[in-house]
Amino acid sequence: MATAVVEPGERETYLNREYGIKSWLLTVDHKRIALLYLAGITFFFFIGGFFALLIRLELLTPAGDLVQADTYNKLFTMHGQVMIFFFLIPAVPAVLGNFLIPIMIGAKDLAFPRINLLSWYLYIIAGALMLYTILAGGVDTGWTFYVPLSTEFLKTNVITAAVAVFISGFSSIFTGLNFIVTIHRMRAPGMTWNRLPLFVWAHYATSIIQVLGTPVVAIAIVLVALERLFHLGIFNPTLGGDPLLFQHLFWFYSHPAVYIMIVPGMGIVSEVVCCFSRKRIFGYQAMAMALLGIAVVGFLVWAHHMFVAGISVYAALIFSLLSYFVAVPSAIKVFNWTSTMYKGSITYQTPMLYAFGFIGLFTIGGLTGLFLAALGIDIHVTDTYFVVAHFHYIMVGGMVMAYMAGMHFWWPKISGRMYPEGWGRLAALIVFIGFNLTFFPQFILGYMGMPRRYWDYSRAPEFQILNVLSTAGATILAVGYLLPMVYFLWSMRYGKPAPDNPWNAAGLEWTIPSPPSTFNFDEQPVVTWEAYNYDEIKGEVPVAQ
Amino acid sequence: MHNSPAATATHEAHQNPAHLHHFATAQQQKDAASLGMWLFLVTEVMFFGGMFCAYLVYRYWYFGDFGAASKSLAIELGAVNTAVLICSSLTVAMAVRCAQVGKQKAMVVYLLLTIALGLAFLGIKGIEYREKFVQHHVPGQASFHLDEHIPGHPDTPVNQQHAQVYFSLYFAMTGMHALHMIIGVGLFAFLTYQAWKGAYSPEYYTPVENAVLYWHFVDIVWIYLFPLLYLIDRHP
Repeated sequence: MATAVVEPGERETYLNREYGIKSWLLTVDHKRIALLYLAGITFFFFIGGFFALLIRLELLTPAGDLVQADTYNKLFTMHGQVMIFFFLIPAVPAVLGNFLIPIMIGAKDLAFPRINLLSWYLYIIAGALMLYTILAGGVDTGWTFYVPLSTEFLKTNVITAAVAVFISGFSSIFTGLNFIVTIHRMRAPGMTWNRLPLFVWAHYATSIIQVLGTPVVAIAIVLVALERLFHLGIFNPTLGGDPLLFQHLFWFYSHPAVYIMIVPGMGIVSEVVCCFSRKRIFGYQAMAMALLGIAVVGFLVWAHHMFVAGISVYAALIFSLLSYFVAVPSAIKVFNWTSTMYKGSITYQTPMLYAFGFIGLFTIGGLTGLFLAALGIDIHVTDTYFVVAHFHYIMVGGMVMAYMAGMHFWWPKISGRMYPEGWGRLAALIVFIGFNLTFFPQFILGYMGMPRRYWDYSRAPEFQILNVLSTAGATILAVGYLLPMVYFLWSMRYGKPAPDNPWNAAGLEWTIPSPPSTFNFDEQPVVTWEAYNYDEIKGEVPVAQ
Repeated sequence: MHNSPAATATHEAHQNPAHLHHFATAQQQKDAASLGMWLFLVTEVMFFGGMFCAYLVYRYWYFGDFGAASKSLAIELGAVNTAVLICSSLTVAMAVRCAQVGKQKAMVVYLLLTIALGLAFLGIKGIEYREKFVQHHVPGQASFHLDEHIPGHPDTPVNQQHAQVYFSLYFAMTGMHALHMIIGVGLFAFLTYQAWKGAYSPEYYTPVENAVLYWHFVDIVWIYLFPLLYLIDRHP
């Protein structure tokens, strides 16, 4: 079964070196593990998306008529938990990071290939537990597991959901640990820190957050489980325990987790913007330091999720101010991407369209984040659809757009095939329209006072028109996400064979064949050039077919 | 602007079977494993850090109750256990030394000694836990009762709720520590078997070294737990 079956004349690649289920489930090749992750992540993306569509359908009419109130609570809880822990956090690092980081730094593999496989198995075990939780009747704590609701009151499957999140956390920690060691120890000769592609810097910053933050949420969730199982009283207010302590521990991770989701996306956008503008990145060092800056400052802002939870007004003032500081490195990035495009020879291939989407939507999501960091406005819009719209602009408008940009940009390298460019552009357009139609009305809804997590708004039927627009947008968005799924699968069989460097792009990953061989490089590469040396690369992006 | 280790090393012949192909040199492999282990310990510090943070908050809020509750712990058993762990730190250090100088048999002996000390610690901890159950010092149970007074206030009995917060932290922190000990003992059982088969040599003993780092970390956690849980209100 697992024998080499390369036909005579055919080049051996990581894909055709071995066949059979065993050659995949026991592989330690970072590229194959990336594809294993891709399968799991795509699966959970559509599960989470299915919950989102049910939520939007319920809100189509003011009355709570499609599902029961309890069911609705479960829907938004599981939408959040599936999307955050099983899609947003692992997606870019575990798929694209896994595939590309060793290649980008000129290494044969990650430092710990077996730990890499272990982290995929942990992800799958956690995912199976999450699926079990869903099938066994779901969980309705909200994705945040707030105590004492989760410890004292609910009768749903809190324990299995908590264990699933705990295990997926370990998967995330191991990925981050692997990346940090790889980037420190496995770089090719000449690949200095100042020559690293920003994609690698972005994953370095992300990994630091994963390694420092995830253990804290892990212990918080363990304590929740212990309170439920053995009635320990660490957060239980009837014993003098403090529920706010749980919120502090939870957000100490879960705010930086937002940057685990978005920072790798910033890495992708930097690669794509340079390639399709045919220019060096503007302000390389500022860009790299801004990534680290976001990671560091991101650890100091968590209590802005707790402004109305009863923290002291002085703490709230400090956390408000610190939250503003995150805007500085974020703005550096947006301005530098724009400056990179300035006077560049821009072409509009699919990855670039998604990158445009990212920059615009991330800016809107970031600026509305500043509204929320301001204490007065935050109190007005806390727990409304304004907050929902804000973080979906970052998560879906930012992170998912970047993920799609990256998938299209590196799909020729991963699969060895070109995706159909026309369909790609069409899907990017549909996603952009669908996204804005879904989430822009929610800013207005929230500002007008529609609370989040309500399944019935029959006392305020004037909210219906905006909700109908939002649901219509979600439907369009679903089409936009199904399309790439279809044509990526189609292209694996029928797509045009991809050249080694279809975009005429800079970077070590484009110097090796598409798809790469198992050990990436036949000879140890020696790097003598700076990142994004587009001024030394002759020619333009080849015109789309 | 430093080059990575791969930059300075050329491909040397892969003599050691433990040397994995994707590392240019055995030294690069050892450095990677070592950095990985230290990073893992950082995650462990953050993991226990959450509980130490909770301890800090409640010790500040319920100062007298924590002092009173800590007096109910068996300080003799805690002290013996501290000694047992410090001894085990010595034996693992000796095991690494033996690995470095190639004394295979002595390494196996030291590893077995470490396992024995680890099991002794867990046994004594078990006796302590049993005592707590017998004395009804287990939080969350209806029968919970702690018969102590606030230190310095002989007329003020301890607040039963706040005492339960103390014992919740006691069981969570020592329980998590014990779980790490159990994992460590399992790890050393595996290493002993490998060492007995002769898998380690002065050229390759990274697993021993990393497991020992882990063991020292678990010891250090106890070195903090012992005073915070047992000693906060002991006077001659």
